[in-house]
This record gives sequence, structure tokens and C-alpha cells, in this order.
Amino acid sequence: MSRVLIVCFDRADSLAAIGFGQASGKPFDILQLTQSAAEGTGAEKIYSLGLPTFPPADYLANALSDFAKEYTWIAGVSNMRSKDVLARLAGKLDCAMVTDVLSIESEDTFTRPIVAGAIIATVQVHATPVVLTFRTSGFKAQPTDKASEVIEHKFDWQGVTKRLSENSRGGGRPDLAQAKVVVSGGRPLKDTETFEKVIGGLADKLGGAVGATRAAVDSGIAANELQVGQTGKIVAPDLYIAAGISGSTQHMAGIKDSKVIVAINTDPDAPIFDVADYGLVQDLFEAVPELTDKL
Amino acid sequence: MKILVTVKRVVDPYAKVKPLADGSGIDTTGVKFDINPFDEIAVEEAVRQKEKNADIEIVAVSIGPAECEEQLRKALAMGADKAIHVETNDPLDSSVVAAELAEIVKQEEPRVIFMGKQATDNDHNQAGQILAAKLDWPQATFASNIEFDGDRVNVTRETDTGEETLSMPLPAIITTDLRLNEPRYIALPGIIKARSKPLEKQERKTDVQPKTTVLKLELPPERPAGRKVESVDELISALKDRGVIE
Repeated sequence: MSRVLIVCFDRADSLAAIGFGQASGKPFDILQLTQSAAEGTGAEKIYSLGLPTFPPADYLANALSDFAKEYTWIAGVSNMRSKDVLARLAGKLDCAMVTDVLSIESEDTFTRPIVAGAIIATVQVHATPVVLTFRTSGFKAQPTDKASEVIEHKFDWQGVTKRLSENSRGGGRPDLAQAKVVVSGGRPLKDTETFEKVIGGLADKLGGAVGATRAAVDSGIAANELQVGQTGKIVAPDLYIAAGISGSTQHMAGIKDSKVIVAINTDPDAPIFDVADYGLVQDLFEAVPELTDKL
Repeated sequence: MKILVTVKRVVDPYAKVKPLADGSGIDTTGVKFDINPFDEIAVEEAVRQKEKNADIEIVAVSIGPAECEEQLRKALAMGADKAIHVETNDPLDSSVVAAELAEIVKQEEPRVIFMGKQATDNDHNQAGQILAAKLDWPQATFASNIEFDGDRVNVTRETDTGEETLSMPLPAIITTDLRLNEPRYIALPGIIKARSKPLEKQERKTDVQPKTTVLKLELPPERPAGRKVESVDELISALKDRGVIE
């Protein structure tokens, strides 16, 4: 019997997993590593580990390889932790892996973006199990009242990596990859304080998350985990506001699935205006505070 | 200590590429090729480690067609000591690459492997982790700082919510992210000078077949063109009409 396991690192992952589980058309279970799974996932079983934090990849891939091998698909939300752990799991199980799945075409065929989203590839896999990471934007959840059986689960942990320190910055804002509103800033924001005041101010007014370009991160204006783009976070909010962002291919790769894109930039020829639903040619230091005030 | 560093030949990451008309591949007409930018960061890191510790030997490896030699020459010019080219025109996916690299590891016995976290053509982010699993070595992906400490290596890595520092016993695999370093610029004379450094040609050592096949490539759906607004007020009313703000 064909069956799906979705590995969820935290509660936000379990929320994002619902749509993919439904789209799979197969019965699915959730393995919940930390926190508790969201309500109404529609999963048949939720294996809950209740860990305070998830261990390094070698421990997780070792534990998962026995647990997961009977499943047809082993999936996770496309993010850094799932790519770290699930690709190692694919190596351990010697099975096929497809990263960043956009859609399920059939039992063994999926689509995914390549070259910074410039091209969509249709990929066929030749073996089961298949390890997948999926982009959440393609898998909208339908409400379900199907109850899940919650099972407390324990692993025997084996690994050699030691975690020396962990620095998790949340700041009380919603998770960037899953926020309904994202406000992003680029290099013109000058420094950390200005970035936080202007971009953070508008984001907080809208109850949204904060994002940044690679240039803003590289110049130390914004924290690394805020980077949006090909090699950073992929976002798909209802509203994406880009302030002082010219719109490199790499940045665009991370925002294309947003429902509405707003661009605020002084340069009327900036490429971001080609993809923006609404473009405002104005100095962001005037427009963004005005927008924050008037909302 | 020997560092193995991987070098993939990719289409120029800053070029605008499109699929061939029949969807069978990427149209590379007039497009340049380069080292995968993340692999370039991996090579740079190996060279910087060698600048701190003269006992380090750097071996660069590339798997692919004859032209990969160009990228290996660049790695040698950056400071790698030796290059290995596994020359093949076979279709490759991450699992084939990992299987071939595992053979190179047996032969070269490196203490550590640096790889780009992903290649900018396929954007997979798999090969390093798959190889780590095959070798049963610990891994640190998305590395932003690397410090060797006797028989261990401490790696600061970027995470979804910030960063963490891992300590791993050697041998280990590290995949490199943007913030690790900025690769040095190599002028053409440097690449020519590196011609005296050894570049070994090898054949594939496994018959591992790809576990995935790309059936077709196509352009993504285009976003419909938007419009310019003249003021913040006009923007607010447009967003209200679309129902994305209240």
C-alpha cells in the first residue's frame, strides 16, 4: 500500500504539510520532531517526538532511515533543515530525491524549478522510496475534520556531531516562508537601524515578515536568515512589498509565486517593475513611512 | 591534511537561459560556462585554509565532459595543487555524482571534503549530503565559517532561523554557502600559469545509473504585466481592491 511520510521539524512545517499530504492522494503520516503538529492536518498518524530542539543531520538521518523506509514518498517542506537532513536520508536509503517539488504529475513524475526558476523541469524517478522536498505555494490546503491518531514516539539516537551553540533569531514576527505579508528591503536601506525602522516598521503594521536581498545581507544590513531568493528563502505571500530592490534574477526566483507584488524604487527602469503588480516610482524613505502611517 | 574540493561546470549563473525548443535541454547557444559559484567558494576556502596551514594539500575534482577541464584549470589557478577530471558524457544526477566521488575519496583519502551547497544550474542541494551518508561521515551544510581544531572541525552554518556551530570529528563533509568568503579574482595569466600543475584524467569507476530523468524543460508561466501607481494613496486603494490589505 502506497503511503506518504511527511517529516515536520516544527509546528509551522505541519501546517505547510497539509496541502501536500492532500495533493499526494495517498494516506499520509506526519513525523513531528519538535512542538506539536497543527490541528486538522488530515494525517492518519502523527508520530510525535516532542524534542526541545532537533539534533544534527547525522542523528536524524540514522534514525529516519529505519523508520521511513517502508513509505513510498518521504517528504518535507522545502527549507534548509529538510534539505540538510532529507538529502542525507536519500543517500542512506540509496533512493531518488527530488528537491523543491512544485507539482505532482503522477506517481513517479514531478515538476521543479531549475536555474533560479528560469526553467521548470519535469522529472521522473526510477525507484521507491522517493525523497521529496516541496514548495508550499503549489499545495493549498483544504479544510478537513479527519482526526489523526497521535502516537508518542522515541528514537535511539546515533551520531557523532556535537552542537556547540545555536543562535535562533525570531523577533516575534511570522515565519518568512509562510507569512501572508512580506516586506523586503535592499542595499539602499543603509544600515541595520534604518532597515529595521523602515522595513520592520511596515512589516509590523501589516503583521508580516521581513525579508532582504542578498546585497542587504552581504553588507550586514540584514540577518542571513532573511535572505529571499534562489539560494535563500522562497516566499509566496498574498502581498510582497519590495522596497529599494532592483530585482535580480536570483531575488525574483524567490518571490515569483507571491499573489501580489508591490515594488517601490526610485529607478523607473528597475527590472522589479516588470514583475510587480503595482509599481511606485518614489524614494522608499518617503513612500514606506507614508504607507506605514496611512495603513 | 588533504582537502578534496568539488568543481562543477555550470551555465553562467548570471545569464538568462531558456529551454531548447523541443524541451530536451537548456539552450546554451552563446552562453558562457563557469565554476558553480558555490564550488568557487569551496575552492577559495580550501586555499585560505592552506594559507594558514602549509601542510594542506588541495585536490580539485570535476565529473563531466571534456570542457570541465577549463573549470579545473581555474581551480588550480586559484591555488589547488592537483586536479582530477572524471571525464564522461553520461547523464549524471546527484546519486551518480556521489557514487563517483566516493570512489575518488577511496583513492585520495582526504580528511575533509568541501563542496558547494548546490549547483546553480540544477539547484538541487543534494550531492554533499548523499556523499556524506554513503561515506558515513558527519556533515555541515550551509557553512559560513570553518575552523580546524586538531582532529575536529568546527563549522558555523546558516539555518532557517539564524545560525549554529557544529563540531565534527574528521573526516567530514562541509557544503559552502555565500557568506563563507568572497573568491579571489583570477586573471587569465594566472590560469595559463596553472597549466604546469597536474591534471589527471580518469574514467568513471562505477556503473551507477541515475535515479531520476528529466523528461522535459519549459518556461515558467509568466506573471501578467502590472501597472505603475502615482502615489501611496493610489497604491493603498489598489491593494484594498485586490483584498490583500484591509
